[in-house]
Amino acid sequence: MQRRLATSVLLAPAGLWFAVMLVLPLCFVLVFSLGERGAAGGYVPAFTFEQYANLPARGQAFLNTLILAPVGTLLALLIAYPLAYHLAQGVGPKWRTMLLILVIVPFWTSILIRSYAWIFLLGGQGVPALIEWMGFGAVRLINTRFAVLTGIVYGYLPLMVLPIYVSLERLDRRLLEASADLGAPPLRSFLQVALPLSLPGVATGCMLVFILLMGEFLIPAMLGGGKVFFIGNALVDLFLQSRNWAFGAAVAVTLVAIMLGTVTFYLMLMRRLGGARGNVDLI
Amino acid sequence: MQRITGSFETSGRDGEGLIAAFRAATKRFGDVVAADALTLGIVRGEFLSFLGPSGCGKTTALRMLAGFETPTSGEVFLDGEEVSAVPPYRRPVNMVFQHYALFPHLTVAQNIAYGLWQRRPRPERAEIARQVDRALAMVRLSGFGPRRIWEMSGGQQQRVALARAIVNEPKILLLDEPLAALDRKLRREMQIELQTLQRELGITFVLVTHDQEEALSMSDRICIMRGGRIVQIGAPADLYDRPHNRYVADFVGKSNFVDGVLREVSGALGRIETAQGLGLGGRMGGPVAPGARVTLSIRPEQIGLARAAQPGAEPVSVVNRIFLGEHTEYLVRHAQLGDLLVLVPRQAEAGAGGFAPGESAFASWHPDAALILPQD
Ligand SMILES: Nc1ncnc2c1ncn2[C@@H]1O[C@H](COP(=O)(O)OP(=O)(O)OP(=O)(O)O)[C@@H](O)[C@H]1O
Ligand SMILES: [Mg+2]
Repeated sequence: MQRRLATSVLLAPAGLWFAVMLVLPLCFVLVFSLGERGAAGGYVPAFTFEQYANLPARGQAFLNTLILAPVGTLLALLIAYPLAYHLAQGVGPKWRTMLLILVIVPFWTSILIRSYAWIFLLGGQGVPALIEWMGFGAVRLINTRFAVLTGIVYGYLPLMVLPIYVSLERLDRRLLEASADLGAPPLRSFLQVALPLSLPGVATGCMLVFILLMGEFLIPAMLGGGKVFFIGNALVDLFLQSRNWAFGAAVAVTLVAIMLGTVTFYLMLMRRLGGARGNVDLI
Repeated sequence: MQRITGSFETSGRDGEGLIAAFRAATKRFGDVVAADALTLGIVRGEFLSFLGPSGCGKTTALRMLAGFETPTSGEVFLDGEEVSAVPPYRRPVNMVFQHYALFPHLTVAQNIAYGLWQRRPRPERAEIARQVDRALAMVRLSGFGPRRIWEMSGGQQQRVALARAIVNEPKILLLDEPLAALDRKLRREMQIELQTLQRELGITFVLVTHDQEEALSMSDRICIMRGGRIVQIGAPADLYDRPHNRYVADFVGKSNFVDGVLREVSGALGRIETAQGLGLGGRMGGPVAPGARVTLSIRPEQIGLARAAQPGAEPVSVVNRIFLGEHTEYLVRHAQLGDLLVLVPRQAEAGAGGFAPGESAFASWHPDAALILPQD
């Protein structure tokens, strides 16, 4: 009884924070999404699904997000996995710390500054100039989907590397020896032992990156140059520029719904994968 | 491809009867010589143990057989072929790892099937299932197939590891301290099970252990190691009765040691003089020249205690008495030889009764039972 009381008291601040800062605003957004735009912008109470019917008007933003977020996540995974594997199993402890720090270092600088760096790299004076100089003709990189994709993969790579690294670092080397001892060549040992045991880390990394990419707006704004919109950019536009709060709320609710679906899928996946260790580890 | 030829003095048998062999196999890790010129033949069907203290290179020797370590120099033979360049997954041996190394993402049955699953061409599912069931039955785990690894107790995991190895019918089963993590009672049970299994399967077993009792009770032959080198190889009784030096006598069973200088040798018998000037006779345990520093080794059960003085008996006083059931262990003190351990069987005490601490007595032993050994 006393324990229960202590537990509720200790959890109260978190619960309150959660209710006030998350659930309440979400309710507001949900209510707003059913309203209408005022004559001078803002919100007029109503009960209509008109805003949702209007979603295709922002179809391009949804399309960009729903293509680039999964593709970016996949690319980040393909780059991160071998890197994480090498860090966890291939290098000595001395180098490991060094390399891990190198992976994390970009986080010490604002993404704004790093995106500026990419603007210069992908802009006219950067890589395109080099390609032209090598005689491959003129290409445009900045303000394209390619630029946005490059930016998001670069920006979110560490978030993919770290959880995969953690799961591979915990992998007992003797399991790989046991696999070899039982007749499996290296590639098969990897596919049958290392890969399955690192799947929780892979799922966590994909989840983190995907969720954050769904809400991303800074990188598309900077590297997409107003040509490649994400849902996040649509929201910025609707709430801050057009002041169409009701429509903005409908876009936001749709985004939240997609994310909730993803998280549910992730938790179900983790229950299956995490079952192997008898626990669900979120990182 | 090379064949083993000639005989290995260490095994005393012809190369053709060997399932595996080391020839001057050396393994260095930087400055550490983990295995130092190992030369040893492993006889087909035998139960061989590597016995030695921690860090003496037992695991390294085993890992060279499994293929996880390549010798820095020298050769390793499996079934007549030099295998230094053969990777572990192509060697016809299987290993039971010290901490089992079972796959946590697979069920018990899948763990056991793993080796069969790697065969090319892959056996049919029904055939794999049949063999897995047979292996489960062999380690008395029938019905546990669908379980998860973490749902098994330590002793059960041990048996899963064993089943996972033997299902492949390896030419040699390598066991690296397989029982170290089990409690005493379970360990005793598993020792008997392992021995039975080995006889039933007829597979060569190579066991690594630092538990001398385990090695003595299970092995056909024991290979005593120290600092990466083989000190002596032999049957358990051989090592116990005829240790080549003090190290072996100390490692295998208990013994009393008296240091001295060898004074004279006549035939199989010799005479040493202790630092206190006491002369003691014994049987020569190794080739030592007079004048060399030696150790006289007397097993506790070879010493008799009596109340009456007899010719050749040494006067002692009883310091401590531990009743062990079928034996009584005495610690007795001799003015010059120091403390001696004496093991008296129950029946020897039946008539006269035991000795109490503080009592004086006379200790005697047959000169044949005292071994004169080189100190190294
Ligand atoms: N991979 C390695 N790298 C460096 N040194 C090693 C390595 N493996 C073993 N050694 C060293 O080689 C020596 C022998 O090691 P080994 O593991 O064979 O000992 P062991 O007899 O099995 O000991 P234990 O009973 O403690 O398991 C030790 O000094 C050890 O530190
Ligand atoms: Mg070892």
